[in-house]
Amino acid sequence: MNAKLFSITLALCFIFFQPIWAVEPDEILVNPNLEHRAREISKNIRCVVCQNEPIDSSNSGVARDLRILIRERLLNGDTDDQVYNFLVQRYGEFVLFKPRFKPSTYLLWFMPFLLFIFGLLIVVRVLKKSSGTSVPEGVYFTSEEILEIEKKINNGDRGN
Amino acid sequence: MKRVLFIFPLIVALGIGLFSVWGLSGDRNPSDIPSALIGKAIPNFKLETIMTEGISELSNNDLAKLEKITVVNFFASWCLPCKLEHSSLKKLNSSYDIQLVGISYKDKKSDTSNWLSELGNPYHVVGLDISGRTGIEWGISGVPETFLINKKGEIIYNFAGPLLGKNLAHFENILRLELNKKQ
Amino acid sequence: MVPELGQFSLVLALLIAILQSIVPILGASRGNSTWMNSAKTSSLLMLFLVSFSFIALVYSYIVSDFTVLNVVNNSHSDKPMLYKVVGTWGNHEGSILLWVLILVTFGAAVAVFGGDIPSTLKARTLSVQAWISVGFISFILFTSNPFERVFPPPLNGNELNPLLQDIGLAIHPPLLYFGYVGFSIVFSFAVAALIEGNVEPGWARIVRPWILVAWTSLSGGVALGSWWAYYELGWGGWWFWDPVENVSLMPWLIGTALLHSAIVTEKRGAFKAWTILLSILTFSLSLLGTFIVRSGLLTSVHSFAVDPERGIYILILLALSIGGSLVLFAFRGASIEDDGLFSPISRESGLLLNNLLLVTCAGTVLFGTMYPLFLEAISGEKISVGPPFFNITFVPIALILCSVMVIGPYLNWKKADLLGVLSRLRFTMVLSLFGLLVIWYLKTSGPALAILSFGIAIWLLLGVIQEWIERVKLFDLSPNTTLKLIKSMPRASHGMTISHMGISLIVMGAVASSAWRQESVIFAELGQKNNFAGFTISLERIENIKGPNYISKMASIRVENSKGFIENLYPERRVYPVAGSATTESAIRQTLQGDLYISFSEAADKSIKDKWTLRLIYEPLVNFIWLGAILLMCGGFMSLSDRRFRRSFSSVKKMIHSIREPS
Repeated sequence: MNAKLFSITLALCFIFFQPIWAVEPDEILVNPNLEHRAREISKNIRCVVCQNEPIDSSNSGVARDLRILIRERLLNGDTDDQVYNFLVQRYGEFVLFKPRFKPSTYLLWFMPFLLFIFGLLIVVRVLKKSSGTSVPEGVYFTSEEILEIEKKINNGDRGN
Repeated sequence: MKRVLFIFPLIVALGIGLFSVWGLSGDRNPSDIPSALIGKAIPNFKLETIMTEGISELSNNDLAKLEKITVVNFFASWCLPCKLEHSSLKKLNSSYDIQLVGISYKDKKSDTSNWLSELGNPYHVVGLDISGRTGIEWGISGVPETFLINKKGEIIYNFAGPLLGKNLAHFENILRLELNKKQ
Repeated sequence: MVPELGQFSLVLALLIAILQSIVPILGASRGNSTWMNSAKTSSLLMLFLVSFSFIALVYSYIVSDFTVLNVVNNSHSDKPMLYKVVGTWGNHEGSILLWVLILVTFGAAVAVFGGDIPSTLKARTLSVQAWISVGFISFILFTSNPFERVFPPPLNGNELNPLLQDIGLAIHPPLLYFGYVGFSIVFSFAVAALIEGNVEPGWARIVRPWILVAWTSLSGGVALGSWWAYYELGWGGWWFWDPVENVSLMPWLIGTALLHSAIVTEKRGAFKAWTILLSILTFSLSLLGTFIVRSGLLTSVHSFAVDPERGIYILILLALSIGGSLVLFAFRGASIEDDGLFSPISRESGLLLNNLLLVTCAGTVLFGTMYPLFLEAISGEKISVGPPFFNITFVPIALILCSVMVIGPYLNWKKADLLGVLSRLRFTMVLSLFGLLVIWYLKTSGPALAILSFGIAIWLLLGVIQEWIERVKLFDLSPNTTLKLIKSMPRASHGMTISHMGISLIVMGAVASSAWRQESVIFAELGQKNNFAGFTISLERIENIKGPNYISKMASIRVENSKGFIENLYPERRVYPVAGSATTESAIRQTLQGDLYISFSEAADKSIKDKWTLRLIYEPLVNFIWLGAILLMCGGFMSLSDRRFRRSFSSVKKMIHSIREPS
């Protein structure tokens, strides 16, 4: 119940969730290259008070602050990486939509490739079996067994 | 080999199931974001103060050289949960040997002082973060948000939301543990 | 009175479902035809009872019965009647009742239209369907009862979220659920086959129309969700890789793989165990989706209210259904014998590759969506996995699939001549390359991947068209003969052509509207002219309008180009007083070449009084996405109308009965 109360009242503290592309004209930088970089970076930054949205789509105050902050850093001469680091230092990696490539995310980034290889191995196996070119198990007899079988055939045994 | 392949989907499903059970357990709130500042020093900032005698400016340096445990609380007059937790802050201030620092977030000077005059001022120092930039330096997602800082000036705990009920009790536990630590 | 009847009806339905869970399947193993046939009666009864219950809920909304808690939470007397009715399923309880309604509809449909299904398979299938029904009807009655009462009734309700007061809510959930829940019957068929102990030769043929119905609906439902988000949300986006979107995409991907795998099983008797597994997995992913959306496990813009208690209940249902069926598969799956040998280069292997790529896509989406949860559980670290991840991993695999899709229909069953096929496609390859170069010339600044993707889409379109032309011998025979040939061909083959063309259009629209969109945000004054994307846009005036439950500021925007006046667009900014929130209604000028998308609001900086914030977006070819989706569905419908599905099955039935006496 407390969680419910909290979330309702927290919502009251911020502008109501309104998913609209929220960049304001007065935020836009004059330099089109910098503005383009700002937009690209913003697409990758998660609005921490929203339910899974980038800051460009959020009307909340924090999102606007972050948009302006990013542009300030760019004007300051920061590289894209420096801007990202600045935000991660304060908000954690949660704020990045593209997970960083590091040991705890290796599995994530490699999984599609691993899945494909795993599937490919199964496919190859199925192809071998279904084309009848692979020999089924147990078809090889030892030379003694062959002699036995030949003896039985010669004796007229029909095998039962 | 073939048998293994046929069991594989079941194993994957079981894995997802177990993680889901964990995900639904207890008090886990999927939208809770742990602060990136835990274990780190207080971020740089400098703010004008109000309603604080003898101190005109508040900065991270002031907070860093402390002998007391500090609790930094971001609040605003326009924030309803802040009003709800106000009495908890007063109680914290009077019950424990701490330094309670308030930072008013994106609020007008007059609004903050009126609000504090009306409800009472539990804070040792009140800083004014009118632009909200200091809030960003602390990585807050909104108000109220409260940080616990140890005697070495490191942030050891943060809580986003009003300090009430269970959350207040949890905060007090951590506070007590920290207070009991020998220097 | 009505809500009580609705609830009572559900209780009766639960009792009947319990009966249907036991009697028909026991009848199947004992050879008791009376018991087996009881499934028909019980299915129809369940349909009637759940329908009645659903209608009772809709009625409560229509008359705004505020003694019903669900109506209080989600409706308001001022709401337009359409949204009162449609709001029935705009919340958790109502929508899960809709879910169950569709579940029992499919059961009844199989009972009534499945005249040619062997009786043991049918009885077992309907029992499995009843197990699912028992699970979900009890879920409703115990945790999500829409008929809960509140006394004393409040004077009015809390209003439906304004974002949902839209025509999209009328169609998107029903269509989507027809897809999600439609795969339940395919699941039931598969589990029934596993219980029977073998997959009969006719099994795939029996199940295929049901796969088609579910797949077609799901395609439409997902596309409609995208379209709704596109025009409603105001930022011109149509896919965000949000967890809820992902859980609707995954059953679609696996469902597509299933559709293709079932073709091989039907025609060649191969991939039997795999088709069974896919049948189980598709519905399992639907269930996973239901779970994620309603349990609060992952953060999403689309999720219903967080409720872990409901989450645990659904998780138990999932453990029983998914866990149970996969255990059954682990034990029985290995003994399913395949017929049919085929060469490594053949249509069978082509479809195998298709399945591999689709399953890799689905696995990628699943893993990416769940990874934040996995990582948090193991190390406590919280990360986000968003669009950049999926764009980097999913898109390349999808592009590979689109490229090889062309070749599949050319391959012969059993053994195909790949080089021969490729040489037949020489001219088309050259033409596609030429098309790619044209795009490159037009969009020199465009990202390389976008140009390549568009080229692949052109290749797909041309290749599909060429295959059809060759198949109907369009240029070799007289028009009359060709027409006769077209009519005599199985409709499913035309369905394939249409659907594959649809995919091509979707890719074109997706690439163009993402890579080559133009955006601009300006402060507009009244009368001021602004240039954008070849248009001249001017804000003429702002009017205040009162709606049934909202107040709106409507902007009148004049759109011209060098040739003169084009049209006026009227975006709005609406405030819903009861709900206490605002929406932005964008205005869109839709043409085949692209959409001009305009929304407006007051400046965020309140001190700016006489200027308004105008957001302009131009999305090239975005309508190709919706057209492609429509084609996708048309292909599905065309395949459904294939007369093979309507042909009597008596000869095959006789053969089955002569081979195997019911034990």
